[in-house]
Amino acid sequence: MIETQEKSGLQKKKAPQSGAKGPKRVTKLHEHIIEIISDSGEGAQRCGQSLGAIAARMGYGIWTIEIIPAEIRPPARSVAGASGNRIRIGEGQVTNGGNETDLVVAFNEQVLLGRVRSGQLKPGCLILLEDKWRQDPDPAIVASYVETYGQLVKAGFRVLEIPMEVECLKHVRDARKGKNMFALGVLCSIYSLDLQVAKDQIALTFGKKAESVIQANIELLLAGFEWAEASLDFKYAIPCKRPTEAQIVVNGNTALALGVLASGMEVCAMYPITPATSASHYLAEAFEKVGGVLHQAEDEIAACAFAVGASYAGKCAVTITSGPGYSLKQEVIGLAVMAEIPLVIVNVQRGGPSTGQPTKVEQGDMLCAVFGSHGDAPKVVLAPATIEECFYCVITARKIAETFRMPVVVLSDANLATSQSPFPRPAFDVAWFAPPIDQTPAPAGAKPYAWDPETGLSQRFIPGQAGGTHTLTGLAHDENSHVAYDPEINQRSLRARSLKLAALQKTLLPPPVFGDPEGDLLVIGWGSTKGAIEEAVAGLRKEGHRISSVHFSFIQPLPPGVKEILGRFKHHVAVEVNWSDDPNDALIDETNRRYTALAMMLRSRYLVDIDCWSEVKGQPLRPAKIREVLMKKLEEVEA
Amino acid sequence: MSTVTPNPNECLMALYEERHEIEDYQKGVPRWCPGCGDNAILTAVQRLCRDQNLRPERTVFVSGIGCSSRLPHYMNTYGFHSLHGRALPVAEGIKMSRPELDVFVNMGDGDCCSIGAAHWIHAIRYNMNLTIMLHDNQIYGLTKKQMSPTSPLGLKSNTSPRGAYLEALNPLTVTLGVQNVSFVAQTVDWNPELLYQVLSAAYRHKGFSFVRIVQRCPEWLPKMMDPWMQDASKVLLLQHPDGVTLSPESSRLFNNQEAHDPSDIDRAREIASDIDPIPVGVLYRNPEVPCYEEVRHDPHLRTSAFVQHGLEAEFDKFTVWPEEPEAPKSHRKQTRK
Ligand SMILES: Cc1ncc(C[n+]2csc(CCOP(=O)(O)OP(=O)(O)O)c2C)c(N)n1
Ligand code: SF4
Repeated sequence: MIETQEKSGLQKKKAPQSGAKGPKRVTKLHEHIIEIISDSGEGAQRCGQSLGAIAARMGYGIWTIEIIPAEIRPPARSVAGASGNRIRIGEGQVTNGGNETDLVVAFNEQVLLGRVRSGQLKPGCLILLEDKWRQDPDPAIVASYVETYGQLVKAGFRVLEIPMEVECLKHVRDARKGKNMFALGVLCSIYSLDLQVAKDQIALTFGKKAESVIQANIELLLAGFEWAEASLDFKYAIPCKRPTEAQIVVNGNTALALGVLASGMEVCAMYPITPATSASHYLAEAFEKVGGVLHQAEDEIAACAFAVGASYAGKCAVTITSGPGYSLKQEVIGLAVMAEIPLVIVNVQRGGPSTGQPTKVEQGDMLCAVFGSHGDAPKVVLAPATIEECFYCVITARKIAETFRMPVVVLSDANLATSQSPFPRPAFDVAWFAPPIDQTPAPAGAKPYAWDPETGLSQRFIPGQAGGTHTLTGLAHDENSHVAYDPEINQRSLRARSLKLAALQKTLLPPPVFGDPEGDLLVIGWGSTKGAIEEAVAGLRKEGHRISSVHFSFIQPLPPGVKEILGRFKHHVAVEVNWSDDPNDALIDETNRRYTALAMMLRSRYLVDIDCWSEVKGQPLRPAKIREVLMKKLEEVEA
Repeated sequence: MSTVTPNPNECLMALYEERHEIEDYQKGVPRWCPGCGDNAILTAVQRLCRDQNLRPERTVFVSGIGCSSRLPHYMNTYGFHSLHGRALPVAEGIKMSRPELDVFVNMGDGDCCSIGAAHWIHAIRYNMNLTIMLHDNQIYGLTKKQMSPTSPLGLKSNTSPRGAYLEALNPLTVTLGVQNVSFVAQTVDWNPELLYQVLSAAYRHKGFSFVRIVQRCPEWLPKMMDPWMQDASKVLLLQHPDGVTLSPESSRLFNNQEAHDPSDIDRAREIASDIDPIPVGVLYRNPEVPCYEEVRHDPHLRTSAFVQHGLEAEFDKFTVWPEEPEAPKSHRKQTRK
């Protein structure tokens, strides 16, 4: 095996150019994490996505994560400029991005450095590094390359230099446009992937382009494959079963958008903001093919108000945004609460506050989703935990919004937004679809807010409906929607709006406990951390610890049965990607501490002393890190 | 249960069968100050609804927040008294999903030209078929006499005790300055016939019909409009068959008149910039500007079967089929190319 672990980085080591001697060493694995990184624009993203898709088509479990630089066109060969994809391939289902990377293909040494410095690569990670920089006419580049190479080797990484550009130039004139497919071919050889599936995938990816483009890419794929077959003396094999049912492979944002289609909504009003925009890009394409309208408003306030107008007129609408845009929408969301207008608001959370970290993962908006907008503004808050749930939760949200005449907030995040993982192809069900609006004349004397004393629900009348004319208002109002400042009426209407949450809660099921129903420690999570938490918990359970976890997809109202579940465990810890103080900090003590969002909600509601742990480094939580934290907690608990 | 698709026969029948009287559009007792211009606007609007025989259940009045924005509460139609500055996007959402509804918008000058200014500019661009009434009393009424962007230079108010320090914003020139503008008119609240004629021209125009109504607020600016009310030469009446033509009796009240062809945007802009005398009538009218709701509208009937078909086609793009049986052949072909 060609591993370069010399002391001197100056020494040049290359993969043999012809014929790897003897039979290849095939290592069997359960899973591997692979990264492909380049300067932005060099196609590593596409290489990674294709690799993920090929693996998924072959039946592997996959989870892919985009590696996105903060700028659109960062300078070439820069540490901050790494752009690409990270793919976790496993023999079973893969529910999260996993821990550090096992193998990385890098198009230059600088983009690699950023990944090393932020601790993304496993110690001893195998690095396949484009070697053309060694011969670069610019001595500064040569020096930087040689120096970094040296550092990497010294740090214990196994660096394997590969002549990507040289090889590509044998097939295309512009290597910048072909390296990614060459790299894909190399990876197909290393991971023993099915070449036919890879060719099919290329045909699919470039489907809209000319046949010659597809052929050129396939030629590069084969070139990479053959080069690796001839030059490398190792392979990895992860067992897999071909899938038995059709799977959909999309990222969370596309899944949300497909949910919008499936739910029968007709209008999506938005204003561009990362990381929510890709959902609207996709809707602009797909939604409009089925007669939906994607309205790009002048700002988020207008987008939300436009959606409210559409919903008021009888067609539940959705507005999609992220943090700062969500802040702007709060005023209109309050109006929807007060006037009891169905509305779906998707917030693909990003790091905050303010413009914060546009492309980074955070779960920082829960409290503003639950309590946001001024006054008492009850609304429903849902949080999908998987890509599949991103699809279904929009359908649920639309239905709840219409049934309960209230806004429903869907909290996704940057982790779900850009990650891909297969889920069973949904079979369309008409029950998902918004029914045609009811224009039957309203009975004489009918009131637009005839609040049911037990559920707070009332029948609404929609423009076009004879006998139902009334004027909705964001001002306090009575059953007839007349402006009313009467204290009794105010109390009654607040109660009605609040009761709707209780009525909805009665229709929910208690959240399932992952692991035994009782034990020493219960881990609590919500949203995109589910896979990582459960992986960590499963590992600890195997080692005999009495640990389980519970994950909330309904944040407001919380599902029933939570108190009982909490009561069956001795200790509880919430694991979230939002802020909580470290109890060991100098100024912090138990009476002077900030808690993570869900921990705080559960503590106040169930009077249970729920501890918390959080990390806000802009990255998805890793199972290994969660495990480490839980291990420490278990030591305290079990002692 | 009927659906929302307008049925032409039904509409026609309604026209013949059901005539509405003014009372059919009235609701409650307006709570504006005595002499407030909003009362006159309400009366003109109700007359317009009656004359156009609008079906109350197919008519929606949308407003923001302010004294003027109370108007929908006094109409026996559907109404939506929304948020300060946000009437336009709400109205756009309604019109987008239900183009068959008649949608009117009432806003104050603070509402439209200050907090809602971004929406106003863009609403002109969208050019949706809406009838817009800017109740411009040049002051904040409901919050009790703060200056407004349309307050004249030097106007003393609670927030400008030494006089407003900026030139007033001119809603007409602003609107006429936006590309895609399709209808701009001005009227005053104290001439009922003119008010009615201008509003009805606005209603009949297909597109974003913007009417600035110079409105009195006797509570906070009791004498402000007196010079204009007392001196007929301080008002310039624009008459044209494509705009408004007042009856001879009504037009006799205006000794200052001009024949203005509303298709002439350059002249419209000149007229609009001149604030003394106040020009009234239709300044600009272009029926050719496409309406956003029509540009964006899809002719397909959005049935669940139609959407399902589209959804399945989208699923196909992302589907990984199992190697062996069950995969529907048709899907396969699409995916495999
Ligand atoms: C977001 C927000 N800011 C401020 C207010 C307070 N407010 C209510 S009406 C109004 C201005 C009213 O003036 P105008 O729009 O000119 O209407 P008028 O009352 O004169 O008809 C203001 C500032 C509000 N309701 N909402
Ligand atoms: S304050 Fe002015 S605008 Fe408001 S109702 Fe009174 S007179 Fe009319």
